[in-house]
Amino acid sequence: MNNFQYSRARDVADAIRLLAADPAAKLIAGGTNLIDLMKENVERPSRLIDISRLPLRDIEETADGGLRIGALVPNSDLAYHPLVEQRYPLLASAILAGASAQLRNMASVGGNLMQRTRCPYFYDTATPCNKRSPGTGCSAIDGLNRNHAILGTSNSCIATNPSDMSVALAALGALVHIAGSSGQRTVALTDFHRLPDDKPHLDTNLGDGEIITAIELPPRGFARNYSYLKIRDRLSYAFALVSVAAALELEGNAISEARLALGGVAHKPWRSLEAEAALRGQAATPDHFGRAADLLLQGATAHSHNGFKIELARRAVVRTLMQAASATPQSQAHKKIA
Amino acid sequence: MADLTDQIPERIPINLVVNGARRTLEVAPWTTLLDALRDRLELTGTKKGCDHGQCGACTVLIDGRRVNSCLTLAVMKDGAEITTIEGLARDGMLHPLQQAFIDHDAFQCGYCTPGQICSAAGLLAEGRARDADEIRELMSGNLCRCGAYPNIVAAIEQAMSRS
Repeated sequence: MNNFQYSRARDVADAIRLLAADPAAKLIAGGTNLIDLMKENVERPSRLIDISRLPLRDIEETADGGLRIGALVPNSDLAYHPLVEQRYPLLASAILAGASAQLRNMASVGGNLMQRTRCPYFYDTATPCNKRSPGTGCSAIDGLNRNHAILGTSNSCIATNPSDMSVALAALGALVHIAGSSGQRTVALTDFHRLPDDKPHLDTNLGDGEIITAIELPPRGFARNYSYLKIRDRLSYAFALVSVAAALELEGNAISEARLALGGVAHKPWRSLEAEAALRGQAATPDHFGRAADLLLQGATAHSHNGFKIELARRAVVRTLMQAASATPQSQAHKKIA
Repeated sequence: MADLTDQIPERIPINLVVNGARRTLEVAPWTTLLDALRDRLELTGTKKGCDHGQCGACTVLIDGRRVNSCLTLAVMKDGAEITTIEGLARDGMLHPLQQAFIDHDAFQCGYCTPGQICSAAGLLAEGRARDADEIRELMSGNLCRCGAYPNIVAAIEQAMSRS
């Protein structure tokens, strides 16, 4: 780890001011990804600005019946919050599918969004990586790429975003509240992360000197018909090969509203409004779910080792939608897939 | 005059309450809590395994919650209460988890054991595990390369049933 300076932000405005004063500084909250990357010399900040004591830890209902979640709420506190368990069990389930109990206790909600989209070559400073060192090339495209992206890739980068929480947030239509020196703004979660194109060193659309202050969930929680299914090489504490967040509203067996997002397949959580629209008004059957999966996976391309992900994702989408439709969501503790 | 704020600070004073005792020390900003515990406070029960949050050997309780001390900067925990494996026994009596690990022979080499036990103490406090599957899932941040998992689960079940 490089030597760096340490500042403790007094309030959000102070954090923004400290960031503006030092372009090589970074914010730190839980630190679970940042400190790991610093130990590998992938991140070398000049200064860490400690925001962990800022008063951004509340979970409160919004006027329209949604939920506003402070950026510093630990992942575990969010997953186990009674309002999240009752109204947004898809989000609780996705969070509990990720990382370990220790990391979920440490990691903040804002930090979960800010964890780097990454791959093993990003961590290996002996190899070229456009994300770590822009312009040096991508080692994964012609290297080992079994875990890599199949959607939204570019010639510069095929890394995936490993967040489970973000996949559920994308499906739920969450908003990200951001503060900066020029004021506050709000973006959709699906517009917060970006695709690699020719700038894979940028994971998000957060501007210089900006800070996430809260995540907002719309009122619609899909508490009855939902499931989060994560397929991975070991049963716990591993990144997804493919994960699916599915949420439905049903009238009888007819789908009145559908949400569908994939994790482990792209540089950002992958949601397709077209696939969701194709489900509305249809019966909740495997055939219709398969058609939605095809729409969601439109344009998927494989590299040398990750071709299996396309069919795996298709089957996982159908299975997850079946789980959601039958109100038998995937348990994150009992691993048998219903 | 040089701007002193631009100089790398050598040491920053912090206060910790470690296993009930107030400890004052000065740390560099990049000192992890794990290194502070082991190298500065000579509490070597907490182990350094992978040093990247993947193995759980460094697990301690901060303000009652289990965390990876290798991914925690000591300077950020100024004022916190830390419990390590050395702080679990009370009045000469082993913690029920320590006794259960002995009763069930829940280790071979023992290197992961302090982290396993601190993690299990956090798990019991969280109150979310109700059966063996849930124990396994909620203990997945602690690796045991000797493969003592069945006995670790049995030990935690014993402590859970008696708590």
